[in-house]
Amino acid sequence: MLIETKEKREAPPRVRSANLTEVVAIQNASVKAKLQVEGLSAWFGTNKVLFGIRMQIPENRVTAIIGPSGCGKSTFIRTLNRMHEMVVGARVEGQVRLDGQDIYAQDIDPVLLRRRVGMVFQKPNPFPTMSIRDNVLAGLRLTRALDRGRGEEIVETALRQAALWEELSDRLDEPGGSLSGGQQQRLVIARALAVEPDVILMDEPCSALDPIATARIEDRIHALKEKYTIVIVTHNMQQAARVADRTAFFLLGELIEYENTNDLFTAPKDKRTEDYITGKFG
Amino acid sequence: MTARRTRSHMYEKAFIGLALAAVVLPLLLLAVLIADVIVDSSGRLGFDFLTGYPSRKPEQAGILPGLAGSIYLILLTAAMALPVGVGAALYLEEYGKKGRLSNLIEVNISNLAGVPSIIYGLLGLEMFVRTIGLGRSLLAGAGTMALLILPIIIISSREALRTVPLSVREGAYALGATRWQVTRKVVLPMAFPGILTGSILAVSRAIGEAAPLIVVGALAYIAFLPDSVNSPFTVLPIQIFNWVSRPQEEFLKNAAAGSVVLLATLLILNSIAIVLRNRLQKRRTW
Repeated sequence: MLIETKEKREAPPRVRSANLTEVVAIQNASVKAKLQVEGLSAWFGTNKVLFGIRMQIPENRVTAIIGPSGCGKSTFIRTLNRMHEMVVGARVEGQVRLDGQDIYAQDIDPVLLRRRVGMVFQKPNPFPTMSIRDNVLAGLRLTRALDRGRGEEIVETALRQAALWEELSDRLDEPGGSLSGGQQQRLVIARALAVEPDVILMDEPCSALDPIATARIEDRIHALKEKYTIVIVTHNMQQAARVADRTAFFLLGELIEYENTNDLFTAPKDKRTEDYITGKFG
Repeated sequence: MTARRTRSHMYEKAFIGLALAAVVLPLLLLAVLIADVIVDSSGRLGFDFLTGYPSRKPEQAGILPGLAGSIYLILLTAAMALPVGVGAALYLEEYGKKGRLSNLIEVNISNLAGVPSIIYGLLGLEMFVRTIGLGRSLLAGAGTMALLILPIIIISSREALRTVPLSVREGAYALGATRWQVTRKVVLPMAFPGILTGSILAVSRAIGEAAPLIVVGALAYIAFLPDSVNSPFTVLPIQIFNWVSRPQEEFLKNAAAGSVVLLATLLILNSIAIVLRNRLQKRRTW
């Protein structure tokens, strides 16, 4: 089902809401909304962790989610590829539309959705039983989508996009676990890219990395937004300022403010945003 | 300060000494035991003993039916218990809902692992020999043994599956893999060495068991080799037990020689399994 919607992409996003600043900001940049989130709430058992989030995530832009620990930012991006519901007792209400189609609709297979919305996690998680090459191809192999003969080409393209090709082109048969943390995280990015998703979600991708490895990943994020829509959760405000076009501030499960990154950091409209970015709490 | 430090040093040294003794003593005892058995078996252990059939005359008696029976039985047992045990573990860990029922099942499986083997023999007698009507056959024996080691295999396989980190599973799900694809291609390969280790231990236990097979009706005197899974059979421990209980002194030598054969069989089967496991393990580094 999801695959078919690629043709529908040209349809303009239906903007029904009254949140004018948001609409204007997106229209000014002449960018369409890739993901539209409407009234999204999420629970772990009886514990409500997200409260009626609505936001529009622009295509081919980097959107950062910031906020203190426990504010629901990780839960939020896990609702965007339906990983949230993998946790026992977790559930979601509301809508998330990818290119206009609700990903929580009855006829959507979350497995197919995840091939269009890839994810990079906080801790690098290459598959330890597989070689570097097999790690890159894992998404295609797992889902039997690998076109024989195109393997080498896909590996090279994905590793180049993740800026790993120069370092690893002669080590493709070594195990994925033999790399450094920063290389593992880029390998995982290459693995996500090889499936050719539309959206890439990154859940604090640099929190386990040193500044040099972090700079490399951020450099990749800049390059990748040409082709992909990126949503990145970070607890590092400088990182949000460096990589993101738009930034959303979450607090206690609510979306407090969502602006162009520059505006949010230089002229926050909400007192709580200001307190957070000036370091008064968090 | 210094007094306290020297005292804690003394404690540490004492503890290391005790720990070392705990390693050395059992090894020493085991060595003495093996040496004793080998000395006792002197003169009996040879090609004729390995290829001979039981006899009234101790110097002519051989162990071939027991050896062959043990090997057939173990292969059959493993073929029955491994798929079922690993399958059960996979279901319980990867698919089954966690809740009160799964806790109850878990506790029961742990208890089953501690049930005396003779009870399994009685179960096997009633179920395989009488109800299903397999008679006193290899198949009935292997079925009984499979039941005996099933809980051990399930428990150790579940432990192995649990060591696969959630982060790796999530990585696979996020690529758009189904539960089966994640289980088959990511979780199982990572858990495999652990599953194999548990299975080796379980199968080793089955090799040494005599009690449940006596109940199921394995015979002590067999003058032929099992030619099908429906044949009557004997195994090494039963043959040894039989020789030990003979009044003639000379049969004790046979029992000792049989013990050596049993130990060697165990070691060989285990080494094969361990080599196999290490070869699989070599492919990954953490």
